[in-house]
Amino acid sequence: MKQFISFVKKEFFHIFRDRRTMLILLGMPIVQIILFGFAITTEVKNTQIAIFDLSKDISTQRITEQLQASEYFTVTEVLNNPDDIDRVFKEGKVNLVVVFGENFSDNLLHTGEASVQLITDATDPNQASMLSGYATSIVTSYQQELMQEYKVPFQIIPEIRMLYNPQLKSAYNFVPGVMGLILMLICAMMTSIAIVREKELGTMEVLLASPIKPIYIILAKMVPYFTLSFVNLSTILLLSVFVLQVPVAGSLFWLTIVSILFIMVALALGLLVSTIVDTQVAAMLVSGMGFMMPVMLLSGMIFPIESMPAVLQWFSDIIPAKWYVSSVRKLMIEGVDVVFVLKEMIILLVMAIFLIVISLKKFKTRLT
Amino acid sequence: MAEKVIQTENLTKKFGNFTAVDNISFSVDRGEVFGFLGANGAGKTTAMRMLCGLSYPTSGKGMVAGFDIARQQEDVKRNIGYMSQKFSLYEDLKVWENMRLFGGIYGMRDKEISTKTDEILTELGFINERNTLVKELPLGWKQKLAFSVSIFHEPKVVFLDEPTGGVDPATRRQFWELIYQASDRGITVFVTTHYMDEAEYCRRVSIMVDGRIEALDTPANLRHQFNADSMDGVFQQLARKAQRGDN
Repeated sequence: MKQFISFVKKEFFHIFRDRRTMLILLGMPIVQIILFGFAITTEVKNTQIAIFDLSKDISTQRITEQLQASEYFTVTEVLNNPDDIDRVFKEGKVNLVVVFGENFSDNLLHTGEASVQLITDATDPNQASMLSGYATSIVTSYQQELMQEYKVPFQIIPEIRMLYNPQLKSAYNFVPGVMGLILMLICAMMTSIAIVREKELGTMEVLLASPIKPIYIILAKMVPYFTLSFVNLSTILLLSVFVLQVPVAGSLFWLTIVSILFIMVALALGLLVSTIVDTQVAAMLVSGMGFMMPVMLLSGMIFPIESMPAVLQWFSDIIPAKWYVSSVRKLMIEGVDVVFVLKEMIILLVMAIFLIVISLKKFKTRLT
Repeated sequence: MAEKVIQTENLTKKFGNFTAVDNISFSVDRGEVFGFLGANGAGKTTAMRMLCGLSYPTSGKGMVAGFDIARQQEDVKRNIGYMSQKFSLYEDLKVWENMRLFGGIYGMRDKEISTKTDEILTELGFINERNTLVKELPLGWKQKLAFSVSIFHEPKVVFLDEPTGGVDPATRRQFWELIYQASDRGITVFVTTHYMDEAEYCRRVSIMVDGRIEALDTPANLRHQFNADSMDGVFQQLARKAQRGDN
């Protein structure tokens, strides 16, 4: 036991002495959360729009005001000529033009139907669909207002409900992804580098020639990174709750449990890499390309898995982060009961056991 | 008769069809400085790894510090020290932290560790470097320190794998003084080296060629036997017979 403790101490020294790496490790989650949260946002904010209003009546005015009042849009142009629509798009002045037909108010009140045209610049299809979505919901909300005012019974209002993410906050989407990414980075990449460093420097030989059991060497390496990942996990959760206003809707306890499962998987992957490669650079490349990239691209963190080609969808099934991200989404954002993430947890557990067994076996055979 | 600290009988290690170490039998006395020579690829490192309990012999027997290297690796490891050809201390730890770490690994008590640390640092004249990070020390100092750490827990045998690579002659001389001091205290020193002048410093020398021990005696006897005026001459004659390449 004393051997083990002096060894763990040493590992912490390695980390603390390497100020730059430590800063990166502790600062990374903060930077990522802030970057994803504020800079790389897929949300719409203060998009410049133009209004082409053929009616100029009370209803169109109200809708225009509401568009203007929303944080998504700023009305910068008021058009008077159909040809202007093309012009403002080409000049890149606006991303959306709202066109109200003639006699908008009259039509709406008398026939219950009025036409509003939403023209978007679809060179960025995602943004375009998002913009039209926002605008539609503003128009719809005005219709609802009217309905309450006039109590017109036959009016059918299409209801758009955004489940779990009514404001379509993109933070809801990437927080679980960033968690997966950071844990993978700390546990898999840093652990493999730390073990391989000893091989590269030649200190591993000395350790193996000493009475300390190899399993202790490995465990002692894992302890600091395990601790570090918990620090990072709390940083991410605190930031997302207090800065991004993404609440933890579900059970914090189960969120922790599922994170521990994922950490085990990542640590085992790190150990596995360290038994395969001999240099720190190789360890970094293998875990960077082999683990981090798939987490970013195939875990559903950035691109939805449902819209991938079938082959990639199958492939994404073997990526542990996919199951982790999915379970964090469910637990943290949807706030569902733990029974709904049982599948994910079982898969992660099986992966963890499988990887630990393989990597320990491989580690042992390397020694003889 | 002197106590035998290392003893092997027909020790063999095969990797598939390749016999890295081929039936070697020798013994080393307590407190002896034993030189283990051979060209690259002759099987020195493999033999040494078996003696250190890092690798299982394919056949044959070996006893180190009174324990069987095939069945009592744990006990073997507890009673030996090892210094690898790569530098074996942690550069980002302070001098005393390295000593505490290795003391801890070998199960020494804290008090024992701290008195021993002071004792060794005073002896080496490094007492002012106690809190220095190892990476800030000159190479020669590091090497001496690494040796002191490898015998920190007073092992019965210390294995040195080309310990003086890249060190200037003056420091090498000082390094050998440390080796003699350890040997005087009864620690058996098992050393591999490329420097033939260092071979002369050993009490006995074995020369491995193609996995076998081709010569084993005192440097003086070997020179006489091979009719050479230096160990280098002896080594050249034997190494020329090697079938295996340089790796």
